[in-house]
Amino acid sequence: MIASRIQPPMRVRRIVPPIVVAAVLVGAWQFVVDAYQVPAYIVPSPSNVARTLVADWGLLSHALLTTLEITVLAFLAATVVGSLLAFLFVQSRTIETALFPYAVLLQVTPIVAIAPLIIIWVKDPTASLVICAAIVALFPIISNTTLGLRSVDPGLVDFFKLHRATRLQRLWRLQIPSAAPYFFGGLRISSGLALIGAVVAEFVAGTGGSGTGLAYEILQAGYQLNIPRMFAALLLISLAGIALFAAMSLLSRAALAHWHASALKEE
Amino acid sequence: MIAAAIEVRAAEKTYPNGTRALRPVDLRIGEGEFVTLLGPSGCGKSTLLKMIAGLVAPSAGEIRLWGGSLDAAAHGGHRVAFVFQEPTLMPWANVMRNVRLPLDLGGVPSRAAEDRSREALELVGLARFGANYPRELSGGMQMRVSIARALVTEPTLLLMDEPFGALDEITRNRLDGDLLALWGRKRLTIAFVTHSIFEAVYLSSRVVVMAARPGRVVDEITIDAPYPRGADFRVSPAFSLHAKRLQDALERASAPADAGDGEPA
Repeated sequence: MIASRIQPPMRVRRIVPPIVVAAVLVGAWQFVVDAYQVPAYIVPSPSNVARTLVADWGLLSHALLTTLEITVLAFLAATVVGSLLAFLFVQSRTIETALFPYAVLLQVTPIVAIAPLIIIWVKDPTASLVICAAIVALFPIISNTTLGLRSVDPGLVDFFKLHRATRLQRLWRLQIPSAAPYFFGGLRISSGLALIGAVVAEFVAGTGGSGTGLAYEILQAGYQLNIPRMFAALLLISLAGIALFAAMSLLSRAALAHWHASALKEE
Repeated sequence: MIAAAIEVRAAEKTYPNGTRALRPVDLRIGEGEFVTLLGPSGCGKSTLLKMIAGLVAPSAGEIRLWGGSLDAAAHGGHRVAFVFQEPTLMPWANVMRNVRLPLDLGGVPSRAAEDRSREALELVGLARFGANYPRELSGGMQMRVSIARALVTEPTLLLMDEPFGALDEITRNRLDGDLLALWGRKRLTIAFVTHSIFEAVYLSSRVVVMAARPGRVVDEITIDAPYPRGADFRVSPAFSLHAKRLQDALERASAPADAGDGEPA
Protein backbone atom coordinates (compact mmCIF):
# COMPACT_ATOMS: atom_id res chain seq x y z
CA MET A 1 0.00 0.00 0.00
CA ILE A 2 1.76 3.10 -1.25
CA ALA A 3 -0.88 5.43 0.11
CA SER A 4 0.02 4.64 3.71
CA ARG A 5 3.35 6.45 3.34
CA ILE A 6 1.84 9.75 2.34
CA GLN A 7 -1.50 9.51 4.19
CA PRO A 8 -2.03 8.97 7.93
CA PRO A 9 -3.25 5.52 8.97
CA MET A 10 -6.91 4.56 8.54
CA ARG A 11 -7.69 4.86 12.25
CA VAL A 12 -6.49 8.46 12.41
CA ARG A 13 -8.37 9.37 9.24
CA ARG A 14 -11.54 7.96 10.77
CA ILE A 15 -11.25 9.69 14.13
CA VAL A 16 -9.85 13.12 13.30
CA PRO A 17 -12.65 14.57 11.08
CA PRO A 18 -15.52 14.08 13.61
CA ILE A 19 -13.30 15.54 16.36
CA VAL A 20 -12.62 18.59 14.21
CA VAL A 21 -16.37 19.00 13.62
CA ALA A 22 -17.02 18.74 17.37
CA ALA A 23 -14.30 21.27 18.17
CA VAL A 24 -15.70 23.76 15.64
CA LEU A 25 -19.29 23.37 16.88
CA VAL A 26 -18.36 23.61 20.57
CA GLY A 27 -16.11 26.61 19.85
CA ALA A 28 -18.92 28.39 17.97
CA TRP A 29 -21.37 27.59 20.79
CA GLN A 30 -19.01 29.00 23.42
CA PHE A 31 -18.39 32.07 21.28
CA VAL A 32 -22.08 32.81 20.70
CA VAL A 33 -22.98 32.34 24.40
CA ASP A 34 -20.10 34.62 25.46
CA ALA A 35 -20.60 37.25 22.76
CA TYR A 36 -24.34 37.66 23.28
CA GLN A 37 -24.21 36.97 27.02
CA VAL A 38 -26.90 34.31 26.79
CA PRO A 39 -28.04 33.50 30.34
CA ALA A 40 -27.16 30.01 31.60
CA TYR A 41 -30.86 29.20 32.29
CA ILE A 42 -31.53 29.53 28.53
CA VAL A 43 -28.37 28.03 27.02
CA PRO A 44 -25.37 27.30 29.22
CA SER A 45 -21.93 27.59 27.62
CA PRO A 46 -19.92 24.41 27.02
CA SER A 47 -17.42 25.42 29.71
CA ASN A 48 -20.31 25.88 32.16
CA VAL A 49 -21.65 22.42 31.26
CA ALA A 50 -18.16 20.95 31.76
CA ARG A 51 -17.81 22.65 35.15
CA THR A 52 -21.21 21.32 36.20
CA LEU A 53 -20.28 17.85 35.04
CA VAL A 54 -17.23 17.90 37.30
CA ALA A 55 -18.99 19.56 40.24
CA ASP A 56 -22.03 17.23 40.12
CA TRP A 57 -20.04 14.14 39.14
CA GLY A 58 -21.04 12.21 42.28
CA LEU A 59 -24.73 12.68 41.55
CA LEU A 60 -24.51 12.28 37.79
CA SER A 61 -22.21 9.25 37.75
CA HIS A 62 -24.60 7.45 40.08
CA ALA A 63 -27.49 8.34 37.77
CA LEU A 64 -25.47 7.20 34.76
CA LEU A 65 -24.77 3.82 36.35
CA THR A 66 -28.47 3.39 37.18
CA THR A 67 -29.50 4.15 33.61
CA LEU A 68 -26.76 1.95 32.19
CA GLU A 69 -27.80 -0.93 34.44
CA ILE A 70 -31.37 -0.74 33.13
CA THR A 71 -30.11 -0.37 29.56
CA VAL A 72 -27.77 -3.36 29.73
CA LEU A 73 -30.33 -5.60 31.45
CA ALA A 74 -32.98 -4.61 28.89
CA PHE A 75 -30.58 -5.13 26.01
CA LEU A 76 -29.59 -8.60 27.25
CA ALA A 77 -33.24 -9.53 27.79
CA ALA A 78 -34.17 -8.28 24.30
CA THR A 79 -31.26 -10.20 22.76
CA VAL A 80 -32.18 -13.48 24.43
CA VAL A 81 -35.94 -13.19 23.90
CA GLY A 82 -35.57 -11.78 20.37
CA SER A 83 -33.21 -14.55 19.27
CA LEU A 84 -35.40 -17.26 20.74
CA LEU A 85 -38.46 -15.83 18.99
CA ALA A 86 -36.51 -15.68 15.72
CA PHE A 87 -35.56 -19.35 16.08
CA LEU A 88 -39.20 -20.15 16.76
CA PHE A 89 -40.30 -18.18 13.67
CA VAL A 90 -38.00 -20.04 11.28
CA GLN A 91 -39.17 -23.43 12.53
CA SER A 92 -42.46 -22.98 10.75
CA ARG A 93 -44.19 -20.45 8.57
CA THR A 94 -47.38 -21.03 10.55
CA ILE A 95 -45.79 -19.90 13.79
CA GLU A 96 -44.29 -16.88 12.09
CA THR A 97 -47.57 -15.89 10.41
CA ALA A 98 -49.40 -16.30 13.71
CA LEU A 99 -46.97 -14.34 15.88
CA PHE A 100 -45.20 -11.82 13.65
CA PRO A 101 -48.08 -9.28 13.62
CA TYR A 102 -47.80 -9.07 17.41
CA ALA A 103 -44.09 -8.39 17.20
CA VAL A 104 -44.94 -5.54 14.83
CA LEU A 105 -47.67 -4.39 17.23
CA LEU A 106 -45.10 -4.15 20.04
CA GLN A 107 -42.82 -2.21 17.72
CA VAL A 108 -45.38 0.38 16.60
CA THR A 109 -47.00 0.98 20.00
CA PRO A 110 -45.30 4.03 21.55
CA ILE A 111 -43.53 2.97 24.72
CA VAL A 112 -44.63 6.24 26.37
CA ALA A 113 -48.21 5.01 26.04
CA ILE A 114 -47.73 1.61 27.65
CA ALA A 115 -44.98 2.42 30.15
CA PRO A 116 -47.44 3.71 32.82
CA LEU A 117 -49.35 0.41 32.66
CA ILE A 118 -46.21 -1.65 32.99
CA ILE A 119 -45.00 0.49 35.88
CA ILE A 120 -48.35 -0.08 37.62
CA TRP A 121 -48.41 -3.81 36.91
CA VAL A 122 -44.82 -4.62 37.79
CA LYS A 123 -44.11 -3.91 41.45
CA ASP A 124 -40.30 -3.87 41.27
CA PRO A 125 -39.28 -0.46 39.84
CA THR A 126 -36.08 -1.67 38.19
CA ALA A 127 -37.88 -4.62 36.60
CA SER A 128 -40.63 -2.41 35.21
CA LEU A 129 -38.10 -0.05 33.60
CA VAL A 130 -36.13 -3.00 32.19
CA ILE A 131 -39.30 -4.43 30.65
CA CYS A 132 -40.17 -1.11 28.99
CA ALA A 133 -36.68 -0.70 27.54
CA ALA A 134 -36.56 -4.33 26.41
CA ILE A 135 -39.83 -3.91 24.49
CA VAL A 136 -38.30 -1.00 22.58
CA ALA A 137 -35.12 -2.95 21.82
CA LEU A 138 -36.78 -6.24 20.90
CA PHE A 139 -38.00 -5.79 17.34
CA PRO A 140 -34.73 -5.22 15.42
CA ILE A 141 -33.33 -8.40 16.98
CA ILE A 142 -36.38 -10.46 16.03
CA SER A 143 -36.62 -9.17 12.49
CA ASN A 144 -32.88 -9.18 11.72
CA THR A 145 -32.25 -12.61 13.20
CA THR A 146 -35.28 -14.09 11.44
CA LEU A 147 -34.10 -12.64 8.14
CA GLY A 148 -30.59 -13.94 8.80
CA LEU A 149 -31.72 -17.44 9.67
CA ARG A 150 -33.60 -17.54 6.37
CA SER A 151 -30.75 -16.04 4.33
CA VAL A 152 -28.89 -19.25 3.77
CA ASP A 153 -27.09 -20.06 0.51
CA PRO A 154 -29.52 -22.47 -1.24
CA GLY A 155 -26.54 -24.42 -2.59
CA LEU A 156 -25.33 -25.07 0.94
CA VAL A 157 -28.86 -26.13 1.94
CA ASP A 158 -28.72 -28.70 -0.88
CA PHE A 159 -25.26 -29.78 0.21
CA PHE A 160 -26.43 -30.36 3.79
CA LYS A 161 -29.45 -32.27 2.47
CA LEU A 162 -27.23 -34.42 0.26
CA HIS A 163 -25.10 -35.35 3.24
CA ARG A 164 -28.15 -36.15 5.36
CA ALA A 165 -27.54 -33.43 7.92
CA THR A 166 -29.87 -33.50 10.91
CA ARG A 167 -32.03 -30.49 11.73
CA LEU A 168 -29.69 -29.62 14.58
CA GLN A 169 -26.59 -29.86 12.37
CA ARG A 170 -28.23 -27.59 9.82
CA LEU A 171 -29.17 -25.07 12.49
CA TRP A 172 -25.80 -25.08 14.22
CA ARG A 173 -23.43 -25.34 11.26
CA LEU A 174 -25.39 -23.47 8.62
CA GLN A 175 -28.23 -21.26 9.79
CA ILE A 176 -26.60 -19.69 12.84
CA PRO A 177 -23.35 -18.71 11.06
CA SER A 178 -25.37 -17.42 8.07
CA ALA A 179 -27.50 -15.32 10.43
CA ALA A 180 -24.56 -13.86 12.34
CA PRO A 181 -24.02 -10.70 10.22
CA TYR A 182 -27.74 -9.88 10.39
CA PHE A 183 -27.87 -10.63 14.11
CA PHE A 184 -24.98 -8.28 14.85
CA GLY A 185 -26.62 -5.59 12.72
CA GLY A 186 -29.70 -6.02 14.92
CA LEU A 187 -27.58 -5.74 18.06
CA ARG A 188 -26.15 -2.41 16.94
CA ILE A 189 -29.60 -0.93 16.39
CA SER A 190 -31.04 -2.45 19.56
CA SER A 191 -28.26 -1.27 21.87
CA GLY A 192 -29.18 2.34 21.10
CA LEU A 193 -32.90 1.61 21.34
CA ALA A 194 -32.43 -0.02 24.76
CA LEU A 195 -30.87 3.21 26.02
CA ILE A 196 -33.67 5.32 24.53
CA GLY A 197 -36.22 2.93 26.03
CA ALA A 198 -34.58 3.15 29.44
CA VAL A 199 -34.57 6.96 29.37
CA VAL A 200 -38.16 7.19 28.16
CA ALA A 201 -39.32 4.74 30.83
CA GLU A 202 -37.49 6.73 33.50
CA PHE A 203 -39.21 9.87 32.31
CA VAL A 204 -42.60 8.19 32.58
CA ALA A 205 -41.78 6.75 36.00
CA GLY A 206 -40.71 10.29 36.77
CA THR A 207 -40.43 11.44 40.35
CA GLY A 208 -42.47 8.52 41.60
CA GLY A 209 -39.53 7.71 43.81
CA SER A 210 -38.39 4.81 41.68
CA GLY A 211 -35.78 6.37 39.47
CA THR A 212 -32.49 7.97 40.16
CA GLY A 213 -31.34 7.56 36.58
CA LEU A 214 -30.26 10.27 34.18
CA ALA A 215 -33.80 11.00 33.02
CA TYR A 216 -34.79 11.60 36.63
CA GLU A 217 -31.89 14.03 37.01
CA ILE A 218 -32.96 15.83 33.84
CA LEU A 219 -36.51 16.17 35.19
CA GLN A 220 -35.28 17.37 38.57
CA ALA A 221 -32.84 19.81 37.01
CA GLY A 222 -35.67 21.10 34.83
CA TYR A 223 -37.91 21.78 37.84
CA GLN A 224 -35.02 23.63 39.50
CA LEU A 225 -34.11 25.50 36.29
CA ASN A 226 -30.63 24.00 36.67
CA ILE A 227 -30.10 23.99 32.92
CA PRO A 228 -26.34 23.31 32.98
CA ARG A 229 -27.01 20.07 34.86
CA MET A 230 -29.68 19.14 32.28
CA PHE A 231 -27.10 19.58 29.56
CA ALA A 232 -24.51 17.60 31.51
CA ALA A 233 -26.97 14.70 31.96
CA LEU A 234 -27.90 14.89 28.28
CA LEU A 235 -24.23 14.75 27.36
CA LEU A 236 -23.78 11.61 29.47
CA ILE A 237 -26.76 9.94 27.74
CA SER A 238 -25.26 10.71 24.32
CA LEU A 239 -21.84 9.46 25.34
CA ALA A 240 -23.37 6.27 26.76
CA GLY A 241 -25.21 5.71 23.47
CA ILE A 242 -22.05 6.23 21.44
CA ALA A 243 -20.11 3.88 23.73
CA LEU A 244 -22.78 1.17 23.38
CA PHE A 245 -22.80 1.49 19.60
CA ALA A 246 -18.99 1.37 19.47
CA ALA A 247 -18.93 -1.69 21.72
CA MET A 248 -21.43 -3.49 19.48
CA SER A 249 -19.45 -2.54 16.37
CA LEU A 250 -16.28 -3.94 17.92
CA LEU A 251 -18.08 -7.13 18.94
CA SER A 252 -19.46 -7.48 15.42
CA ARG A 253 -16.05 -6.99 13.85
CA ALA A 254 -14.45 -9.47 16.20
CA ALA A 255 -17.11 -12.09 15.54
CA LEU A 256 -17.19 -11.66 11.76
CA ALA A 257 -13.46 -11.19 11.28
CA HIS A 258 -11.97 -13.20 8.40
CA TRP A 259 -15.08 -13.62 6.40
CA HIS A 260 -17.80 -11.03 6.27
CA ALA A 261 -17.43 -7.95 4.07
CA SER A 262 -18.62 -5.68 6.90
CA ALA A 263 -15.70 -6.75 9.11
CA LEU A 264 -12.96 -6.60 6.50
CA LYS A 265 -10.52 -3.74 6.41
CA GLU A 266 -10.64 -1.47 3.42
CA GLU A 267 -7.69 -2.21 1.22
CA MET B 1 -22.09 -55.58 -19.70
CA ILE B 2 -20.86 -53.25 -16.94
CA ALA B 3 -23.09 -52.93 -13.88
CA ALA B 4 -25.29 -49.84 -13.95
CA ALA B 5 -24.46 -47.13 -11.45
CA ILE B 6 -27.41 -44.99 -12.46
CA GLU B 7 -30.65 -46.04 -14.12
CA VAL B 8 -33.14 -43.33 -14.98
CA ARG B 9 -36.49 -44.78 -15.99
CA ALA B 10 -39.01 -42.45 -17.56
CA ALA B 11 -38.17 -39.81 -15.00
CA GLU B 12 -39.75 -36.44 -15.71
CA LYS B 13 -40.21 -33.14 -13.98
CA THR B 14 -43.18 -30.82 -14.18
CA TYR B 15 -43.31 -28.00 -11.65
CA PRO B 16 -46.57 -27.24 -9.80
CA ASN B 17 -47.05 -24.11 -11.93
CA GLY B 18 -47.15 -26.31 -15.03
CA THR B 19 -43.63 -25.62 -16.32
CA ARG B 20 -42.31 -28.74 -17.96
CA ALA B 21 -38.63 -28.83 -17.03
CA LEU B 22 -37.96 -32.29 -18.34
CA ARG B 23 -39.85 -34.76 -20.54
CA PRO B 24 -39.56 -38.44 -19.58
CA VAL B 25 -35.91 -39.51 -19.75
CA ASP B 26 -34.40 -42.98 -19.91
CA LEU B 27 -30.72 -43.13 -19.17
CA ARG B 28 -28.27 -45.73 -18.03
CA ILE B 29 -24.81 -44.88 -16.77
CA GLY B 30 -22.45 -47.81 -16.18
CA GLU B 31 -20.02 -48.09 -13.31
CA GLY B 32 -16.79 -46.22 -14.07
CA GLU B 33 -18.24 -44.25 -16.99
CA PHE B 34 -17.68 -40.53 -17.50
CA VAL B 35 -20.96 -39.32 -18.93
CA THR B 36 -21.67 -35.71 -19.83
CA LEU B 37 -25.10 -34.14 -20.12
CA LEU B 38 -24.73 -31.49 -22.81
CA GLY B 39 -27.31 -28.92 -23.83
CA PRO B 40 -28.34 -25.27 -23.86
CA SER B 41 -29.76 -23.46 -20.82
CA GLY B 42 -33.24 -24.66 -19.97
CA CYS B 43 -32.80 -28.19 -21.30
CA GLY B 44 -33.21 -29.70 -17.85
CA LYS B 45 -29.68 -31.07 -17.55
CA SER B 46 -29.19 -29.62 -14.08
CA THR B 47 -32.64 -30.81 -13.07
CA LEU B 48 -31.79 -34.32 -14.23
CA LEU B 49 -28.54 -34.28 -12.26
CA LYS B 50 -30.30 -33.02 -9.14
CA MET B 51 -32.92 -35.74 -9.52
CA ILE B 52 -30.11 -38.32 -9.57
CA ALA B 53 -28.71 -36.77 -6.39
CA GLY B 54 -32.13 -36.87 -4.73
CA LEU B 55 -32.23 -33.07 -4.41
CA VAL B 56 -35.21 -32.78 -6.78
CA ALA B 57 -38.00 -35.36 -6.72
CA PRO B 58 -39.17 -36.56 -10.15
CA SER B 59 -42.87 -35.91 -10.89
CA ALA B 60 -43.08 -39.37 -12.45
CA GLY B 61 -40.77 -42.26 -13.23
CA GLU B 62 -37.95 -43.50 -11.06
CA ILE B 63 -34.22 -43.29 -10.54
CA ARG B 64 -32.20 -46.22 -9.28
CA LEU B 65 -28.63 -46.15 -8.05
CA TRP B 66 -26.89 -49.52 -8.19
CA GLY B 67 -30.27 -51.12 -8.68
CA GLY B 68 -31.91 -49.59 -5.62
CA SER B 69 -32.95 -46.40 -3.95
CA LEU B 70 -30.56 -43.65 -2.89
CA ASP B 71 -30.89 -44.82 0.72
CA ALA B 72 -30.22 -48.43 -0.23
CA ALA B 73 -27.13 -47.36 -2.17
CA ALA B 74 -25.90 -45.41 0.86
CA HIS B 75 -26.40 -48.47 3.04
CA GLY B 76 -24.55 -50.57 0.48
CA GLY B 77 -21.44 -48.42 0.98
CA HIS B 78 -21.95 -46.21 -2.06
CA ARG B 79 -21.33 -42.53 -1.61
CA VAL B 80 -22.68 -39.81 -3.83
CA ALA B 81 -20.93 -36.45 -4.02
CA PHE B 82 -22.14 -33.32 -5.76
CA VAL B 83 -20.19 -30.34 -7.08
CA PHE B 84 -22.29 -27.25 -7.73
CA GLN B 85 -21.98 -24.51 -10.34
CA GLU B 86 -20.69 -22.18 -7.64
CA PRO B 87 -18.02 -23.24 -5.14
CA THR B 88 -20.79 -23.09 -2.48
CA LEU B 89 -18.31 -22.87 0.39
CA MET B 90 -19.07 -21.65 3.88
CA PRO B 91 -17.50 -18.16 3.96
CA TRP B 92 -17.16 -18.24 7.75
CA ALA B 93 -15.06 -21.41 7.77
CA ASN B 94 -11.51 -21.87 6.55
CA VAL B 95 -10.63 -24.22 3.72
CA MET B 96 -9.89 -27.16 6.04
CA ARG B 97 -13.22 -26.84 7.84
CA ASN B 98 -15.04 -26.56 4.52
CA VAL B 99 -13.44 -29.72 3.19
CA ARG B 100 -14.12 -31.58 6.45
CA LEU B 101 -17.81 -30.70 6.42
CA PRO B 102 -19.17 -33.94 4.87
CA LEU B 103 -17.09 -36.00 7.31
CA ASP B 104 -18.18 -33.88 10.27
CA LEU B 105 -21.81 -34.24 9.22
CA GLY B 106 -21.31 -37.99 8.93
CA GLY B 107 -19.83 -38.24 12.42
CA VAL B 108 -16.30 -39.23 11.37
CA PRO B 109 -13.90 -38.81 14.36
CA SER B 110 -12.12 -35.47 14.29
CA ARG B 111 -8.60 -36.85 13.87
CA ALA B 112 -9.51 -39.08 10.94
CA ALA B 113 -11.52 -36.27 9.35
CA GLU B 114 -8.52 -33.96 9.57
CA ASP B 115 -6.19 -36.52 7.98
CA ARG B 116 -8.58 -37.37 5.16
CA SER B 117 -9.28 -33.70 4.46
CA ARG B 118 -5.56 -33.01 4.21
CA GLU B 119 -5.24 -35.84 1.68
CA ALA B 120 -8.15 -34.45 -0.34
CA LEU B 121 -6.56 -31.01 -0.34
CA GLU B 122 -3.27 -32.51 -1.51
CA LEU B 123 -5.16 -34.23 -4.31
CA VAL B 124 -6.36 -30.87 -5.65
CA GLY B 125 -3.00 -29.18 -5.01
CA LEU B 126 -4.13 -26.96 -2.15
CA ALA B 127 -2.32 -28.63 0.76
CA ARG B 128 -0.84 -25.30 1.89
CA PHE B 129 -4.15 -23.45 1.98
CA GLY B 130 -6.04 -25.27 4.73
CA ALA B 131 -5.97 -22.26 7.07
CA ASN B 132 -7.06 -19.74 4.42
CA TYR B 133 -10.58 -18.43 4.09
CA PRO B 134 -12.51 -18.88 0.82
CA ARG B 135 -12.49 -15.16 0.03
CA GLU B 136 -8.70 -15.20 0.03
CA LEU B 137 -8.66 -17.68 -2.87
CA SER B 138 -9.21 -17.19 -6.60
CA GLY B 139 -12.32 -18.58 -8.29
CA GLY B 140 -10.37 -21.55 -9.63
CA MET B 141 -8.92 -22.34 -6.22
CA GLN B 142 -12.34 -22.09 -4.59
CA MET B 143 -13.63 -24.59 -7.13
CA ARG B 144 -10.74 -26.92 -6.23
CA VAL B 145 -11.75 -26.66 -2.59
CA SER B 146 -15.28 -27.55 -3.62
CA ILE B 147 -13.94 -30.60 -5.46
CA ALA B 148 -11.77 -31.60 -2.50
CA ARG B 149 -14.88 -31.40 -0.32
CA ALA B 150 -16.66 -33.73 -2.75
CA LEU B 151 -13.74 -36.18 -2.89
CA VAL B 152 -13.13 -36.32 0.86
CA THR B 153 -15.89 -38.91 1.34
CA GLU B 154 -14.24 -41.07 -1.37
CA PRO B 155 -17.43 -41.08 -3.44
CA THR B 156 -18.29 -43.86 -5.83
CA LEU B 157 -20.47 -41.49 -7.83
CA LEU B 158 -19.50 -37.90 -8.52
CA LEU B 159 -22.16 -35.57 -9.89
CA MET B 160 -20.89 -32.25 -11.27
CA ASP B 161 -23.18 -29.42 -12.32
CA GLU B 162 -21.24 -27.10 -14.68
CA PRO B 163 -18.49 -26.94 -12.09
CA PHE B 164 -16.10 -24.89 -14.20
CA GLY B 165 -18.66 -22.77 -16.04
CA ALA B 166 -17.75 -19.57 -14.21
CA LEU B 167 -14.00 -19.90 -14.77
CA ASP B 168 -11.81 -18.56 -17.54
CA GLU B 169 -10.95 -20.98 -20.34
CA ILE B 170 -7.33 -21.50 -19.31
CA THR B 171 -8.24 -22.42 -15.74
CA ARG B 172 -11.13 -24.52 -16.96
CA ASN B 173 -8.90 -26.55 -19.30
CA ARG B 174 -6.42 -27.18 -16.53
CA LEU B 175 -9.12 -28.30 -14.09
CA ASP B 176 -10.65 -30.52 -16.79
CA GLY B 177 -7.24 -32.20 -17.20
CA ASP B 178 -6.88 -32.64 -13.44
CA LEU B 179 -10.37 -34.11 -13.23
CA LEU B 180 -9.60 -36.70 -15.91
CA ALA B 181 -6.38 -37.69 -14.15
CA LEU B 182 -8.33 -38.10 -10.93
CA TRP B 183 -11.03 -40.15 -12.59
CA GLY B 184 -8.37 -42.38 -14.14
CA ARG B 185 -6.82 -43.07 -10.75
CA LYS B 186 -10.00 -43.56 -8.73
CA ARG B 187 -12.20 -45.30 -11.30
CA LEU B 188 -15.27 -43.59 -9.99
CA THR B 189 -18.42 -42.89 -11.95
CA ILE B 190 -18.89 -39.30 -13.04
CA ALA B 191 -21.98 -37.57 -14.41
CA PHE B 192 -21.01 -34.11 -15.61
CA VAL B 193 -23.24 -31.28 -16.79
CA THR B 194 -21.92 -28.67 -19.22
CA HIS B 195 -22.99 -26.44 -22.07
CA SER B 196 -19.54 -26.52 -23.62
CA ILE B 197 -19.15 -28.87 -26.58
CA PHE B 198 -15.36 -28.86 -26.25
CA GLU B 199 -15.45 -29.70 -22.57
CA ALA B 200 -17.88 -32.54 -23.29
CA VAL B 201 -15.65 -34.03 -25.98
CA TYR B 202 -12.48 -33.73 -23.96
CA LEU B 203 -13.87 -35.32 -20.80
CA SER B 204 -16.53 -37.86 -21.65
CA SER B 205 -16.69 -41.46 -22.63
CA ARG B 206 -20.30 -40.74 -23.62
CA VAL B 207 -22.29 -37.55 -24.20
CA VAL B 208 -26.03 -37.28 -23.63
CA VAL B 209 -27.27 -34.48 -25.90
CA MET B 210 -30.26 -32.56 -24.58
CA ALA B 211 -32.55 -29.87 -25.99
CA ALA B 212 -34.66 -27.15 -24.41
CA ARG B 213 -38.33 -26.16 -24.39
CA PRO B 214 -39.34 -28.69 -23.31
CA GLY B 215 -36.22 -30.23 -21.77
CA ARG B 216 -35.53 -33.63 -23.29
CA VAL B 217 -32.78 -36.06 -24.31
CA VAL B 218 -32.27 -36.09 -28.08
CA ASP B 219 -29.16 -38.16 -28.68
CA GLU B 220 -26.37 -40.14 -27.11
CA ILE B 221 -22.92 -40.02 -28.66
CA THR B 222 -19.94 -42.15 -27.66
CA ILE B 223 -16.55 -40.46 -27.64
CA ASP B 224 -14.32 -43.45 -28.37
CA ALA B 225 -10.96 -41.66 -28.05
CA PRO B 226 -8.71 -43.60 -25.66
CA TYR B 227 -7.79 -42.36 -22.20
CA PRO B 228 -5.58 -40.88 -20.89
CA ARG B 229 -6.31 -37.85 -23.00
CA GLY B 230 -3.55 -35.27 -22.95
CA ALA B 231 -3.55 -31.68 -24.13
CA ASP B 232 -2.71 -32.95 -27.65
CA PHE B 233 -6.16 -34.49 -27.88
CA ARG B 234 -7.71 -31.01 -27.83
CA VAL B 235 -6.05 -30.13 -31.14
CA SER B 236 -6.33 -33.53 -32.84
CA PRO B 237 -8.50 -34.17 -35.93
CA ALA B 238 -10.44 -36.77 -33.92
CA PHE B 239 -11.37 -34.07 -31.39
CA SER B 240 -12.73 -31.82 -34.15
CA LEU B 241 -14.68 -34.69 -35.60
CA HIS B 242 -16.35 -35.47 -32.28
CA ALA B 243 -17.03 -31.77 -31.70
CA LYS B 244 -18.67 -31.60 -35.13
CA ARG B 245 -20.92 -34.57 -34.33
CA LEU B 246 -22.04 -32.94 -31.09
CA GLN B 247 -22.55 -29.61 -32.84
CA ASP B 248 -24.71 -31.31 -35.50
CA ALA B 249 -26.72 -33.17 -32.87
CA LEU B 250 -27.40 -29.94 -30.99
CA GLU B 251 -28.43 -28.17 -34.19
CA ARG B 252 -30.74 -31.00 -35.25
CA ALA B 253 -32.34 -30.80 -31.81
CA SER B 254 -33.04 -27.09 -31.74
CA ALA B 255 -36.08 -25.85 -33.58
CA PRO B 256 -35.39 -23.69 -36.68
CA ALA B 257 -36.72 -20.63 -34.88
CA ASP B 258 -34.47 -21.25 -31.93
CA ALA B 259 -30.75 -21.13 -32.58
CA GLY B 260 -29.93 -22.29 -29.05
CA ASP B 261 -26.94 -20.98 -27.21
CA GLY B 262 -24.28 -23.68 -27.39
CA GLU B 263 -21.39 -21.38 -26.75
CA PRO B 264 -17.89 -22.21 -27.98
CA ALA B 265 -15.76 -22.81 -24.90
